Amino acid sequence: MKKVKTWEYSPAPESTDHIQLKDKYDLFINGEFVPSSDGKYFDTINPSNEKKIAEVAQAGKADVEKAVASARKTYDKTWSKMPAKERGKYIFRIARLLQERAREFSVIETLDGGKPIRESRDVDVPLAAAHFFYHAGWADKLEYAFPGRTAKPLGVVGQIIPWNFPLLMAAWKLAPALATGNTVVLKPAETTPLTAMKLAEIIQEADLPPGVVNIINGAGETGRHLVNHGDINKIAFTGSTDVGKYIMESVAGSGKKYTLELGGKAANIIFEDAAIDQAVEGIINAIFFNQGHVCCAGSRLYVQEGVAEEVIAKLQKRMDTLIVGDPLDKNTDIGAINSKMQLDKIKEYVKLGKNEGGTLYQTSCSLPKKGYWFAPTIFTDVSQSNRIVQEEIFGPVLAIQTFRTVDEVIAKANNSPYGLSGGVWTDKGSKIYKVSQDIRAGVIWANTFNKFDPASPFGGYKESGVGSEGGIEGLSGYVNLV
Amino acid sequence: MSERINIQKTYKLYIGGKFPRTESGRYIKWADKKNSTVVNICRGSRKDFRNAMVSARGAVSGWSSRTAYNRAQILYRVGEMLEGRRDQFMAELTLQGLSKKQAEKEINQSIDRLIYYAGWADKFQQIFSRVNPVSLPYFNFTSTEATGVVAAIAPDDSSLLGLVSIIAPVIAGGNSIVIMASESFPLCSISFGEVLYTSDVPGGVINILTGYRSELIDHFSSHMDVNAIIYCGDNEDDKKLVEMNAALNVKHVIQFPVQDWAKDQHQSPYHILKCQETKTTWHPIGV
Amino acid sequence: MALEIQQYTHPIDQVNAQERVARLFSRSIKKESKMQALHLALSMIDLTTLEGKDSEGKVKQLCYKASHLHDKYPGLPNVAAICVYPNMVPIAKKSLDGTGINVASVATAFPSGMADIKAKLEEVKSVVDAGADEVDMVISRGKFLSGNYGYVSDEISQVKEACGKAHLKVILETGELVTLDNVRLASDIAMEAGADFIKTSTGKISPAATPPVVLTMLEAIRDFQTKTGKKIGMKPAGGIGTAKQAIQYLVMIKETLGSEWLSPDLFRFGASSLANDILMQIMKQTTGQYQSKDYFSID
Repeated sequence: MKKVKTWEYSPAPESTDHIQLKDKYDLFINGEFVPSSDGKYFDTINPSNEKKIAEVAQAGKADVEKAVASARKTYDKTWSKMPAKERGKYIFRIARLLQERAREFSVIETLDGGKPIRESRDVDVPLAAAHFFYHAGWADKLEYAFPGRTAKPLGVVGQIIPWNFPLLMAAWKLAPALATGNTVVLKPAETTPLTAMKLAEIIQEADLPPGVVNIINGAGETGRHLVNHGDINKIAFTGSTDVGKYIMESVAGSGKKYTLELGGKAANIIFEDAAIDQAVEGIINAIFFNQGHVCCAGSRLYVQEGVAEEVIAKLQKRMDTLIVGDPLDKNTDIGAINSKMQLDKIKEYVKLGKNEGGTLYQTSCSLPKKGYWFAPTIFTDVSQSNRIVQEEIFGPVLAIQTFRTVDEVIAKANNSPYGLSGGVWTDKGSKIYKVSQDIRAGVIWANTFNKFDPASPFGGYKESGVGSEGGIEGLSGYVNLV
Repeated sequence: MSERINIQKTYKLYIGGKFPRTESGRYIKWADKKNSTVVNICRGSRKDFRNAMVSARGAVSGWSSRTAYNRAQILYRVGEMLEGRRDQFMAELTLQGLSKKQAEKEINQSIDRLIYYAGWADKFQQIFSRVNPVSLPYFNFTSTEATGVVAAIAPDDSSLLGLVSIIAPVIAGGNSIVIMASESFPLCSISFGEVLYTSDVPGGVINILTGYRSELIDHFSSHMDVNAIIYCGDNEDDKKLVEMNAALNVKHVIQFPVQDWAKDQHQSPYHILKCQETKTTWHPIGV
Repeated sequence: MALEIQQYTHPIDQVNAQERVARLFSRSIKKESKMQALHLALSMIDLTTLEGKDSEGKVKQLCYKASHLHDKYPGLPNVAAICVYPNMVPIAKKSLDGTGINVASVATAFPSGMADIKAKLEEVKSVVDAGADEVDMVISRGKFLSGNYGYVSDEISQVKEACGKAHLKVILETGELVTLDNVRLASDIAMEAGADFIKTSTGKISPAATPPVVLTMLEAIRDFQTKTGKKIGMKPAGGIGTAKQAIQYLVMIKETLGSEWLSPDLFRFGASSLANDILMQIMKQTTGQYQSKDYFSID
């Protein structure tokens, strides 16, 4: 009888020879790719090997103004006059084109941002297409979404999105804005501009009237010009709480509407009577999925003391099977950290955690030499007063505490300035309803975590933001109800 | 050069995702106004209806358990396929007496209506479901559920748009349907079956019969495994028969008068709701 | 004792278990790791014939196939065992003499298990006397489903005793147990009562082995090892016909239990047509061409 010492998976790289990537991407304004007025470009690199992928035009103040002017003109002359059902058909086209080119988009998303190809292929791209498809259908049905009110578009909206789900965040922003009749100026994150540029190509292929969607790239300064532009009716922003507060201050007194989807430090709660093996898997999904770069990540684990030892032991064993490595390998679970800046921040917090007295456990995987990497990490022996329990790390780092009673854990879960999401693991139905009722967060996952659907509203309480995305609630941010 | 002889089309039924002939072997001669084109339409029998019902019942459990998103995409695909076959339907609609302009309008509206209902398939639940604020510590929610198998008599005066207007909301809601096509203008119905066949619609979800209304209406409305019966028309005797038969197993009765299906007011999520049950569930809130 | 198990067992969430399965099945096994897996899977097969129409001739031919899977291709392992009905044990034993392949026999009124305990124990003793190396028993599902866990447990203990040196595989018939909670409970009872292997199915009803069921049983084995230090084996049977499925299960084992279980000592596939599909995949890996069934013997 044969025995195999260890059976390791051979490399299973996704092929990249079928994708089409330019060396240079210009700004997408008024249906065309145009260079920036001052001719500036910046590099976008692959965080798994630090190699440059392409150059991207950087929008200055004049470019932002050009984009907004185009959006306004098209709104006035074309988009606001178009029958709603025809508007919807354009959005359906975008959805279908994205489905047809799914693999190419997945590969480019992985190259540009570092997330595993399995995730971009199985989650990011299909969800993005679904988002366009769902919202396309709302375009001519808004009279049913808001009883007693007529929904009118706002006009021109400015949208700023983050680097953790570049294509998906673009879909979350564009789809409802277009379905409700607005035109858009979108600024992708500066470390992940490429799938938005490819989306611009699809927008051209779909024959969307020029100026309905404008995509301009740049960093903080470009974003500021957009936020402060006088002819924008609304700002939609997903990103850090600090920038969210800055935006609120900037638009104060201007009459501009805004929706903000900000940071989080979600509590993931495991009761004794939970389906424990599945809950352990839920912890993995909550904090290590997407390298922990998720605003709604379950970054605080509360486990009932009676099952804590078992849960933590099983968690550590499960962590050891996570494969950290080349994002293009189909077996990779944990990809690269998105940027050097983010990696430094994570390292700082982990150092802080150790200094604060936490006990660290990290998987012993070997990390590649080039690129930005961090092994999945958990801290035990920490409490509410630890900074790593209070502050958002935005990386694959979990802080674990035990609890004894329901009241205790609800109080601790709510003991945070954030309120984006929460997790509840129990087999008892009535407990699910009670706990989900008492946790002050906008999304509660019971016996699951990190589930998203275009029909399901997503938004936070407190400093996690204002407004929702998805479902009917998400539409309301893009209309005036008269 | 000798003239090329074309291959004439055989109009069969569409049952269970296949195109069988009527088991009765009988036909109806359909001719255009000029009597220059004559076509043999299947004279559907009660046994054909019985077989269609078996298919429809077999298909509904799978269809209603699919995700709403999947049903939406399939309905959208029906629209895609119909768009691709404009010429075929133009020919049939003009043959049946419409002008070119009228035919084009009917095709456009049929396609747009399919897209309309595709867009409702994953949304109507959100406007028709609710959480109810009961006065006890219970989580109480009302949600919709497909009623099951729907039997329908399509509008007689419209060959395509009427048929589409009845089918689309029924299947968007997760039901399956057995529908009797227009008796006077049957041509587009079976061609529409061809569109469905190429659209990823699972066999049995939609079944289309042609024949004489007078021979089939009794069976359509009295079958004990039908959950809802839809009647389109103005015949008072027929309407009364349908209502009487519905009493046999307490079917839902839905009636539409003769109307201009082209009007936008005749597409609505409430047509989906007509073939939905609502279920309310209670669950305690507590630890 | 059965009561203890119930208190220890956590509930199982079916939807989440299915998601874990899907995640495991998304693993892409290529090149060397695929070839290794194919060879390993072959060595784990219990080549099975359990039909009313089985005869000495049929069993002889199957036994020959067991050690001559595809002689044209050198270096292939033999299967782990042949699995037959009790009255075929002598002929199987004779045919496999010198090959190192085990003879496994079903017993205890397979497949229904609807017989008196005395009759079942006699059957077990007789197959052990005839030389069976392994005994595959069925649990009393009716007793289990009516809550009589004590009976189920006792029966297994008694059969284990009657097995003597032979290894005992306990068939849970998970298709009849329906829920994952039941599968977990039955697994725990079987292991506590002395099973050397827990096995999913008789292969006579549908569904047989399904991925979430296999995952649940592997997790039960993992927790039993944590609790007692003992390593129990696992055998999915029925419905595994393709190399792809076999490899998916190997992934499941590796990531749930670890590489130790990647051995015929601790894992078996109860299958009949699986061997040929694996052989076809091995040939495809070697030559680069997709294969035809015509080139692989059927016995």
